[in-house]
Amino acid sequence: MSVKLPRRALFAATALLTAPATPRAQTNARLLIIGGGFGGASAASFARRHYPDTQVTLVEPNRRFVTCPYGNLLLGGERQISQITHSYDGLRARGARILHDRAIGIDAAAKRVRLQGGEVLAYDRLILSPGIAIRWGAIEGYDQAAADIMPHAWIPGDGTQNLLLRRQLEAMPDGGVVGLAIPANPFRCPPGPYERISMIAHYLKKHKPRSKILALDAKETFSKQGLFQDGWRALYGEMVEWVPNNRDGKVVKVDPREKILETEFGTRHKVDVANVIPPQSAGTIAIEAGLANNTGWVPVNTRSFEAHAAQGIHVIGDANIPGPMPKSGYIAHSTAKQAVASAMASLRGEAPPEAIYFNTCYSHVGTDYGISIVGVFRPNADGTAIAEVPNSGGASPRGDLPDQRRLEAIYADAWYEAITKSMFG
Amino acid sequence: MLRPVLLGLAFLALAPNTQAQASSPATTIAAEACFGCHGPAGQGVTGGAAIAGMDRAELSATLIAFRSNERPGTIMGRIARGYNDAEIAAISDYIARQR
Repeated sequence: MSVKLPRRALFAATALLTAPATPRAQTNARLLIIGGGFGGASAASFARRHYPDTQVTLVEPNRRFVTCPYGNLLLGGERQISQITHSYDGLRARGARILHDRAIGIDAAAKRVRLQGGEVLAYDRLILSPGIAIRWGAIEGYDQAAADIMPHAWIPGDGTQNLLLRRQLEAMPDGGVVGLAIPANPFRCPPGPYERISMIAHYLKKHKPRSKILALDAKETFSKQGLFQDGWRALYGEMVEWVPNNRDGKVVKVDPREKILETEFGTRHKVDVANVIPPQSAGTIAIEAGLANNTGWVPVNTRSFEAHAAQGIHVIGDANIPGPMPKSGYIAHSTAKQAVASAMASLRGEAPPEAIYFNTCYSHVGTDYGISIVGVFRPNADGTAIAEVPNSGGASPRGDLPDQRRLEAIYADAWYEAITKSMFG
Repeated sequence: MLRPVLLGLAFLALAPNTQAQASSPATTIAAEACFGCHGPAGQGVTGGAAIAGMDRAELSATLIAFRSNERPGTIMGRIARGYNDAEIAAISDYIARQR
């Protein structure tokens, strides 16, 4: 002790003189990331590229990642599962430690996370990107067993749910009815259900043209609505029937055995294939750690993404309440970087950097027919609010614009390739 | 007091070399938003133009022309309208330095 103390003091003095902006905490800081999706993988890649001294550990149960984006193209017959499945090898090669395990408990005070496999991981800063959980039972009768008959295909996992829905579409006779139940806001990927309708129609038009899509919606308006409805009419005629909430569109009960979707006022729609996109919440570990409020989502500082309920835990991706920002892959990717930079700044005793968040969501409506919505968002100085930049962003123009649609379909594919390479490379 | 002052001067003397490569986290993150469609480091992907190493002034002028609708864009006008002149300059500088 008597020898070590002066040496440590000397080390501290030297460190201060030679590197005033770099206290010890920055070097070899332990950044733990839970969840290997658009938020978590992006955070790991960004941290390894820009903070190379940081020890990055990523905990993700799945050995390979199946993306939600482009899952609808699998339903449309335009992609195979292998084309939307990604390996973590690129992140490993960057020096991130990847643990295929499930985080089951967070001790925010002790800064420790417990894994299902028994390991306990200590961290200096935690990035939590747990995605969503399904609120089983929020629709009466819709439990895990029901999802094996009426797939949600909204959390890909290993792809089982997407492939099940695809097989059901393939097995359906021509002239059948595909029913969708679509939730109220907020939920993962606001344009997703409507791209799904489009891609199912794309498949049916080609292979089962007498079939019908019945979309039962708990909302009265939706993302890129005019653009989607223009596209449905132009490409699929009368195939798509969309029923909003004010025309009894809200599904409140399902009967998986009879394939019935029942709405609020008791209309029982018998369908041949049922895709139930149920109400959602933040991922289970965020709920169990007490980070969510009564909405089921996690309120965060909009500049650092630190959870209001716990210091040192930055919650990103679909699990947080991002003000006007959508629960999208691009927002998860964009805010992941800000969360990492804020975590690193915090370890140096600095404030989070200034921030601009960027989103583009493309949707495929049909062959050579893409549409998009853009958003540029800024948080205020103290991270209590966030606003979209006025007169920026917005949806693709409406009208008969074949070149615009064709280019946006190409750009959508470019986005998928670019963002997945950025996340996993 | 003398030593810190000298060290500070030494740091300043080094600054031009180091700052040529370093960007603020805010600029890095703002510029990397482009890579979500234009590929890692802006190297381009099928359908997403390569922008890495473009001339800084040309890139800035292009973004400003998209912003004002002088240059017609499928999507870039909607994006560019989210950024002010200083941000466009910083982003252009960052992308111009990518190789």
